[in-house]
Amino acid sequence: MHVATSPAFKENAHRAIQDAGLQKALARSGPSFIARRRDAVAALPEFEELRDIARDIKNHTLANLDFYLEEWEANVIKAGGKVHWCATAEEARDAVLAICRAANARTVTKGKSMISEELGINDHLERHDITPVETDLGEYIIQLRHELPSHIIAPAFHLNKEDWEESFRKSHTDLPADRVFRERRDILTEARAKLRERFLAADVGITGANFLIAETGSSVIVTNEGNGDLTQTLPRVHIVLASIEKMVPTIEDCTSLLRVLARSATGQDFSVYTTFSTGARRPGDLDGPDECHVVLVDNGRSAMLGTDFQEMLRCIRCAACMNHCPVYGAVGGHAYGWVYPGPMGSVLTPSLIGVQQAGHLPNASTFCGKCESVCPVKIPLPKLMRHWREREFERHLTPAFVRTNLALWGFFARRPALYRLATRAAAWTLGRLGRRHGRFHRLPFASGWTGERDFPAPEGDTFFARYAREQRAGRMR
Amino acid sequence: MTKDIILAAIRRNLRRGPLPADQVAMLRGRMSQHPRQLIPARSRLPHPEQVALFVANVEKEFASVARVPDLDAVPEAVSGYLAAQNLPTDIVMAPHRELQAIPWSTRPLLRLREGRAEASDMVSLQHAFAGIAETGTLMLPSAPQRPTTLNLLADTEIVLLRSSRLVGAYEEAWDLLRSELGEMPRNVMLITGPSRSADIEQTLELGAHGPRRLHVVLVDDAPA
Ligand code: SF4
Repeated sequence: MHVATSPAFKENAHRAIQDAGLQKALARSGPSFIARRRDAVAALPEFEELRDIARDIKNHTLANLDFYLEEWEANVIKAGGKVHWCATAEEARDAVLAICRAANARTVTKGKSMISEELGINDHLERHDITPVETDLGEYIIQLRHELPSHIIAPAFHLNKEDWEESFRKSHTDLPADRVFRERRDILTEARAKLRERFLAADVGITGANFLIAETGSSVIVTNEGNGDLTQTLPRVHIVLASIEKMVPTIEDCTSLLRVLARSATGQDFSVYTTFSTGARRPGDLDGPDECHVVLVDNGRSAMLGTDFQEMLRCIRCAACMNHCPVYGAVGGHAYGWVYPGPMGSVLTPSLIGVQQAGHLPNASTFCGKCESVCPVKIPLPKLMRHWREREFERHLTPAFVRTNLALWGFFARRPALYRLATRAAAWTLGRLGRRHGRFHRLPFASGWTGERDFPAPEGDTFFARYAREQRAGRMR
Repeated sequence: MTKDIILAAIRRNLRRGPLPADQVAMLRGRMSQHPRQLIPARSRLPHPEQVALFVANVEKEFASVARVPDLDAVPEAVSGYLAAQNLPTDIVMAPHRELQAIPWSTRPLLRLREGRAEASDMVSLQHAFAGIAETGTLMLPSAPQRPTTLNLLADTEIVLLRSSRLVGAYEEAWDLLRSELGEMPRNVMLITGPSRSADIEQTLELGAHGPRRLHVVLVDDAPA
């Protein structure tokens, strides 16, 4: 599993704001996601009603999750597939490894899967001499660079063309060193050729799942590249990695969720490839895998049921919340320090890796409410972040300075104009005081914080002021 | 068993035991009726307008459409498209009887091979089970006569769709699939346009891993 740097969110964020390449990438890509979603939503008058329906379908499924999981499993088996139930990440890693070993696998192609990142599948396979190959273009370069994705649907969100070029030159050493990458297309063409060889050679293909359908025992993936389909069609063995909350009852329910998914994610009406897979190759079929395994993972989900955080299990991983988040837009995904960034990560990560590790993330919010207003399944993300802050408070994990001043913060936070004024004044003062070194080793009243680490000096500006300025400049729209 | 542990944890946290029999019966009933949810009004149109909506959506997604009056006109449409795009005339074709029934001999320059696609195939010809006007989407369920690799490996995929198989919303296409195929095939692809990626600087480029071109030959066989 990836070592989380979430405890260092503040330091990460500070570094991110000074990273020129990252800031260039964020400035370029942020606004286009927002505009595309807005246009797609405007073109579908029923969109708001569909969000309610999507929320209700997920709530209904979660309330009856045990029933639907068993129905689904029975249908997977009927279709010639096999289900591997895994309570923990470790069990899931071992299940994947055992299937790969039984298939005598040397290389494994992979479709994009956040749960695979969460479980640390690649490292585990590599440690056992099996080569995993990410085939989603964004995941591919992330793997070449040994990084984590910085966005749940656009893993290479933080990279610029120069970075791609550099990584390809370093990794594809069999190609002429003096080749020229004139356009993005040249990068894509090289990746296509390289990965085509991998698709054809792979012994096992691993994909994630956007949905599991109880009625049919299907798993559904959604891609634009077609890499997930090549991954699951060409090798002899297909492994689906899915967590239990991906369940929906019927094809019709899934269809309703698909109507809001692509629009919320990329602003497309529908993704290019929406594929329903059900079991293994049928008699007479000329292609498709002989074996189909679903590794079904809990890893902390069932523990969220019946708690304040049950609503988070509705998440369909569309990324709209991070695309619209001013904090994400300023610091990018890596600052969050683990697999899931942005508002959904700030809620989910403490549930999955513990509030001790990720307790700072729920503070990474301006509570502007934008995330909740675009979430296709209407998850009250700000409310859930607030729940985490309360818990953190109760557990006395909050530095003393923050604890004693939370009441004050609450007073200002309920009065936005005052809040902005006060924080601007504080930032200005701190910015001037800290200008010489960029860091404070000691701050009055803040020893609870600075006793353990340096407090990053604000840039002499508040996030809000910066956000407002950028909005005026048209950057965020 | 891990399965029992997970199911028990779900029930414990939902503060209940296994569901009572009447609730189970209700849920089973819902699954077998698979009720439709809200279907957007945009595709609720007379059939000719659904065809027009389908064509407009396919073109919006960077694919192309050629409309022909009957199956006899298909060979000319295919060879004309390949010539215009400067593409080779070797085609791997789905072994589907509707494709087999086309009078290919009228275009002897087209060299057809039936079967699944291989990595070296440049052009594939696939048979569409249905078309969905709502978003310009093709429904392609796997079957011995409709191999999945035809949708993936060739640089150019040509798909034959009869306009009588064109419906408004996804739900209507699923109804056709349920009533005609009975069970869920191993794989059902819903394809909307050619392969693409926006992973490099969030800028759209066509032809990522799947076909760079998608061309629909739409045969007008629906009663007017
Ligand atoms: S929380 Fe909502 S907006 Fe964010 S990724 Fe999940 S579904 Fe999308």
